[in-house]
Amino acid sequence: MRRIGIDVGGTNTDAVLIEEGKVIRAVKAPTSEDVTTGILDSLRSLGATGVLKGKGIDGVMIGTTHFINAVVQRRHLTKVAALRLGMPASASLPPFCDWPEDLAALVRGGVWMVEGGHEYDGRPFMPLDEAAVTTAAQEMKAAGLKSIGISSIFSPLDPSHERRAAELAAKVMPDAVITCSSDLGRIGLLERENAGLLNAALADLARDTIAAFEQAIRDSGIDAPLFITQNDGTVAEASQARRLPVYSFASGATNSMRGAAYLSGLQDAMVIDVGGTTTDVGQLKHGFPREANSVVKVGGVRTLFRMPDLLSIGLGGGSHVALDPLKVGPLSVGYRLLKEGIAFGGKQLTTTDIAVAAGLLALGDKAKVAHLDAATCRKVFDEAARLAEEAIDRMKTEAGDVPLIAVGGGAFLIPNKLPGVSQVIHVEHGDCANAVGAAIAQVSGECDQIFKDLSRTEALSAAQGIANDRAVSAGAARATLKTIESEDMPLAYLPGNSVRVRVRVVGDVAGS
Amino acid sequence: MPLRDISLDDIESLAVGAWVLGTGGGGSPYLGLLNMRALYKEGHRVQLLPASELADDDWVAAVSNMGAPLVGQERLTDSRTIARAVALMERHTGHTFRGIMALEIGGGNSIQPLMAAAHLKRPVIDSDMMGRAYPEAQMTSVAVGDLRPCPLTSVDVRGLESVVEKVPTWKWMERVSRKICVEYGSIASTCKAPRTGAEVKKWGIHGTTTKAIAIGQAVREAQRKHEDPVDAILKVEPGRVLFRGKVVDVERRATEGFLRGRTKFDGMDDDRGSTFEIAFQNEWIVAWRDGVPVAMSPDLICVLDSVAGEAVGTETIRYGQRVTVIALPPPPVFLSDKGLQHVGPRAFGYDIDFKSVFA
Repeated sequence: MRRIGIDVGGTNTDAVLIEEGKVIRAVKAPTSEDVTTGILDSLRSLGATGVLKGKGIDGVMIGTTHFINAVVQRRHLTKVAALRLGMPASASLPPFCDWPEDLAALVRGGVWMVEGGHEYDGRPFMPLDEAAVTTAAQEMKAAGLKSIGISSIFSPLDPSHERRAAELAAKVMPDAVITCSSDLGRIGLLERENAGLLNAALADLARDTIAAFEQAIRDSGIDAPLFITQNDGTVAEASQARRLPVYSFASGATNSMRGAAYLSGLQDAMVIDVGGTTTDVGQLKHGFPREANSVVKVGGVRTLFRMPDLLSIGLGGGSHVALDPLKVGPLSVGYRLLKEGIAFGGKQLTTTDIAVAAGLLALGDKAKVAHLDAATCRKVFDEAARLAEEAIDRMKTEAGDVPLIAVGGGAFLIPNKLPGVSQVIHVEHGDCANAVGAAIAQVSGECDQIFKDLSRTEALSAAQGIANDRAVSAGAARATLKTIESEDMPLAYLPGNSVRVRVRVVGDVAGS
Repeated sequence: MPLRDISLDDIESLAVGAWVLGTGGGGSPYLGLLNMRALYKEGHRVQLLPASELADDDWVAAVSNMGAPLVGQERLTDSRTIARAVALMERHTGHTFRGIMALEIGGGNSIQPLMAAAHLKRPVIDSDMMGRAYPEAQMTSVAVGDLRPCPLTSVDVRGLESVVEKVPTWKWMERVSRKICVEYGSIASTCKAPRTGAEVKKWGIHGTTTKAIAIGQAVREAQRKHEDPVDAILKVEPGRVLFRGKVVDVERRATEGFLRGRTKFDGMDDDRGSTFEIAFQNEWIVAWRDGVPVAMSPDLICVLDSVAGEAVGTETIRYGQRVTVIALPPPPVFLSDKGLQHVGPRAFGYDIDFKSVFA
């Protein structure tokens, strides 16, 4: 099995080649504004020693923070027409009602609410008002909207109204991109609808970004399928990621933690990922990031996504350093480090300059930072260590010392000894941990169907069997399969003892 | 100044505190809060009146949404629906209500009287009839006091309206009104039997809106200061920590308009090696530690997110969540023999003698 993992970060685009479970080569290139150039550069650099020649590549797995950054930074978002089926219920809380005002103003292209939806037991709540859906679509078209987010009451139980409304809208607007909330999941109208609206808002960006990824791979002469890594540490084919970009929201963080586990061989540890601008602290449990407990907000919007539980602080390799009074971060020069850092001829003192002065990094011009004496460097490192220690302590779930894996380009800021930590582990290729995590991303299998006249246990185990088989046929090794979601919803209205069961399993790629 | 204004910040706190007092049920107050934010934005304001200010012959409306919390996550509560249930009761009985009170302070129903009050321009009475959340109509202080159970109005967002004019007992009221609710789609806005000022003063559980606001303020303050929010709750309420752990199994069944099931937990920290299990009927009812019952209704069993301190509901709790289970003392009215008949463990089908965590 030969796979290339790529992480397109805000600062760097990292690439690794993994062959039969070993990292063969890992490289970094600056991220480019057009994305393609950065990926091409990193692939060119990856292949510079000829490692890509000869044997074929089984897949290129790309992880990116593009989609979540677009929402957080309110950039590249598409105006969305929200169509909710369920009137007269829920009318006082229309779509976008709990969004931050600035984001709503950017994304809200219009709201249409029509009769439709279902009851908890599968009966229709109101018949779908097909004429109103068609009228709404005509108004959306007249308003110049091109992306539609459709939600319907109890659509996770019965998606038929959403599907029908999508058909009707497509008749009026054949080129529109349509997101149905039932594709995103679960009970909770507002949160499911929010996920659908965010997904719809990413329609243009997802199309362009994935086209750029495909172009870069083609241009680099690699003949391999493209996969995009998802929040849960699995991969999706490019076409599915284009349709449902929200599932790839938090994959950067997941990849870096999975990469840290892989490179260190540890399954249970704290992970600190020090980038250029921020540091993320999380916890590995059985090789996977611990998930956030509560409702996850993305760019201020409530969703039902399962995301790694991370604490982010403003500390990184590009952090501004002030000496009097001493202050490290949270401002950062980010990707402009190679221009603005003092060691590179710039004017802003950064943590990287300190590391160059202390002899930890061989970058830039050491003479330019010769005025920084050992005591000054010590003070800055101590402050960075204090910030890291505080973050680690807040994320620990148990008392006592735990091992800590330090990864990311700024991992030099983490000392070999920290209070509350039994051992600090710096790993080879740790600066490319997210690309490694992308390369080893797993394969999933899902079963979502209604079972009749079975006990809960029987229905769950039947669904589990189906999901397992699907994961294996998608390339997973059976012995590594693990259930990550298991949900059953009784359907009291249907005859017999009916229950809808959703099971999702993941496993390592066979042979990796 | 007996009548006091409720600020939007108070309502934000109420939403957090009432969810804790919801003991897993009552529905998340979040959607009620969103309705109130919208109403306050439109210029509506609500005031709070202590029950002691009521005249004996005043009439008070007691309101709640009934149904399965799961349904409330999809058919989102609309402030106008509960106001319609009160208006229907006024038309039906000819009474003019002095104020509006909550049937249950736990969960989303803590905010229903505020929504009705905003539309009808009456004060909210600072009392309720449960001091927490409970799944059934006879599980109230007024039912323990054998006050008249009828009439009841029940309305649905589609315009369906029903009046239950006469029933002999609270149990009958539960059976009949529940059937209506299930037919509506397991969610209905209801106005319970109107109460006189004298009845509210004698049988109401007092100061509970203020109490929920205080709990919510403590949690929000602790979150802001990055302090332990569970400790913060225990500073304003005389509660006890029962267990810290993570969810390892959730079993749910939707039956006759209720959500029933069990949740199992494995211990963490000091509770490592122990298991914990809580049975629920909309609300957390009985808790076992290593197979031994350790807490039960009417004691309040509250499952809290260990990090955020916010309550975790029976319909949303899921595998892997890290939680702290605490108990809070029950309203004294439920501790009498009559009270325990209504809300003790046997009222939920558990053949266990009630023993309070606080005994």
